[in-house]
Amino acid sequence: MWDYTEKVLDLFYNPKNQGAIADADQTGIAVVFGEVGSIACGDALRLHLKIEVDSDKILDARFQTFGCTSAIASSSALTEIIKGLTLDEALNISNRDIADYLGGLPEAKMHCSVMGQEALEAAIYKYRGIEVEHHEEDDGNLICRCFSVSENRIRRVVIENNLTTVEQVTSYVKAGGGCSACAAEIEDLITTIQQEKEITAARVAAELETSQNRSLTTVQKISLIQTVLQDVRPILIADGGDVELYDVEGDVVKVLLKGACGTCESSTATLKNAIEVRLRERVLPNLVVEAVA
Amino acid sequence: MNTVIYLDNNATTQVAPEVVETMLPYLTQYYGNPSSMHSFGGQVGKALKQARVQIASLLGAEESEIVFTSCGTEGNNTAIRAAIAAQPERKHLITTQVEHACVLNLFKQLEKQGYTVTYLSVDGKGQLDLMELEAAITGNTALVSMMYANNETGTVFPVEQAGAIAKEYGATFHVDAVQVAGKLPLNMKTSTIDLMTISGHKLHASKGVGALYVRRGFRFRPLLIGGHQERGRRAGTENVAGIIGLGKAAELAQLYLADVGTEKKLRDRLEKGLLAIPNTEINGDRKNRLPNTTNIGFKYIEGEAILLSLDQYGICASSGSACTSGSLEPSHVLRAMGLPYTILHGSIRFSLSRYTTEAEIDRVLEVMPGIVDRLRALSPFNNDQAEWLQDREEVVLGAR
Repeated sequence: MWDYTEKVLDLFYNPKNQGAIADADQTGIAVVFGEVGSIACGDALRLHLKIEVDSDKILDARFQTFGCTSAIASSSALTEIIKGLTLDEALNISNRDIADYLGGLPEAKMHCSVMGQEALEAAIYKYRGIEVEHHEEDDGNLICRCFSVSENRIRRVVIENNLTTVEQVTSYVKAGGGCSACAAEIEDLITTIQQEKEITAARVAAELETSQNRSLTTVQKISLIQTVLQDVRPILIADGGDVELYDVEGDVVKVLLKGACGTCESSTATLKNAIEVRLRERVLPNLVVEAVA
Repeated sequence: MNTVIYLDNNATTQVAPEVVETMLPYLTQYYGNPSSMHSFGGQVGKALKQARVQIASLLGAEESEIVFTSCGTEGNNTAIRAAIAAQPERKHLITTQVEHACVLNLFKQLEKQGYTVTYLSVDGKGQLDLMELEAAITGNTALVSMMYANNETGTVFPVEQAGAIAKEYGATFHVDAVQVAGKLPLNMKTSTIDLMTISGHKLHASKGVGALYVRRGFRFRPLLIGGHQERGRRAGTENVAGIIGLGKAAELAQLYLADVGTEKKLRDRLEKGLLAIPNTEINGDRKNRLPNTTNIGFKYIEGEAILLSLDQYGICASSGSACTSGSLEPSHVLRAMGLPYTILHGSIRFSLSRYTTEAEIDRVLEVMPGIVDRLRALSPFNNDQAEWLQDREEVVLGAR
């Protein structure tokens, strides 16, 4: 028997916000849904959002879930968390936030929280008209064929949840849980991510040390900016986007945002800020980032 | 907590009160070692002998053909390894795709050690095709090992016919009868079975005790090496109270066999009532099936959620759904049957015992429709979205 928290059981027995949302009948209001999973996988979630167009606010959120106790509870928790948030705020919700709201989930059930986060992303991307990659067709990127899990999805849960073992990855996104032929590949990926993390951490530390009272030549500045952008890229790529340095004019760093990052204004703003914070921290405190079309 | 309605008897059973009563003195005053050379220990040895008579009687076997073990897993491991050791020159083994993990995983290991294993398939009812066995077996086959009845669906295999085929080729025939002892009549005197596994806690004895039937004349090699207990066939001081309890349980089971029709009637009542819920189907072979088991698929909902809902009413059942076991694939038995995903994840097994009452069955029938309705209302898979379901199923099936 699973060791579910009281909160999980409560939201399973008495779920909040179940059902669909009727199509919008007023102007200024949009209704959209996002879905993940399938009956073959054993769980699926269809998340419905009612959005106030001007403010980008989530007025209502409802769910329809096929799945186990923790899948139903995670879905219900997600709707409770995101009601009242703006879409940008909602995009910052991670699977960990859902698990925390529930007072934790058994590790083998963490994929239920990931399903919630992915349905949320699917709904918002759909509303914003962003194409989400179809991993089923992208064989080169597929690691787990049994459950159609791409490298990017695995990267994301590994980075966000600090995962260190194949078993954990299986618990979070199912990858490796079928024929387990990809277990070695997942292990290699975890090692790569860990190495990337260590290398980045070491370089950041070294840069911080030398940045005290530094005066950089233009070439040094550009090269350092490039390094920071390279470090940010994996996170953007995992989200379906990318960034490229376009130009540097004085303190203004001009970047090209691509893919999922570049197609809508509000997510551009969020990303611009995130990159700016890192550049100011590691290069010069007065840098400004500008996204160019 | 409500009073418990226990319908998970294929997992384990209540120890019969008479069995507990028989065991107790051997956990208290009669603590002697049956191997000791004093009458204090010797009287315990006599009680063990009595238990051996009782279990032999249930199986229609001779006392010398019974080896007491610790559980079904030990019995199966011992039997399979003994069969291999009996004919070391033969390197082919046959079993089925729907065996218990303690058999399947052992065969997987043996494959790594150089054995070739044929895993016989089952049809949509979970039934074997003996033609497949005939096609697979050769003079190089050391062992045919199969369950008598499946723990998940209750489907009963045609073991005697399978045993006759094994005989023809000189292969040892082992049967895992853990789910059958006490539910169907057994008679080893007229049987084709060479080795047969029994587990105590599935027939109202305690956990930690089992028996292995070893046909007289079979060249047996023990798994555990040590003292002379069980005439050298299973070393280690006997689980005295457990064995004596198993003996009593066997005696009670034999008496009860005549009455097993009552249990079947209750099972049928349960099944009929549950089938009245729309979009439900029975998994298994309705003709050749254990009298106490029903496995029902509730379409479009997930098994673990059903179990937790039943748990609220104190009703105990089980499911082959992936979410119950922590594995990500649903039951290997239901998958081997080729059931569609719509049913696979929502299949529930109810297994009755002689203690099951009509009132308990009626209680399940009272609450089940509400549980199914509630979960179906939560599910995105219902009729108006059937198209989505269809698409998704194809995508994922194609990816496999």
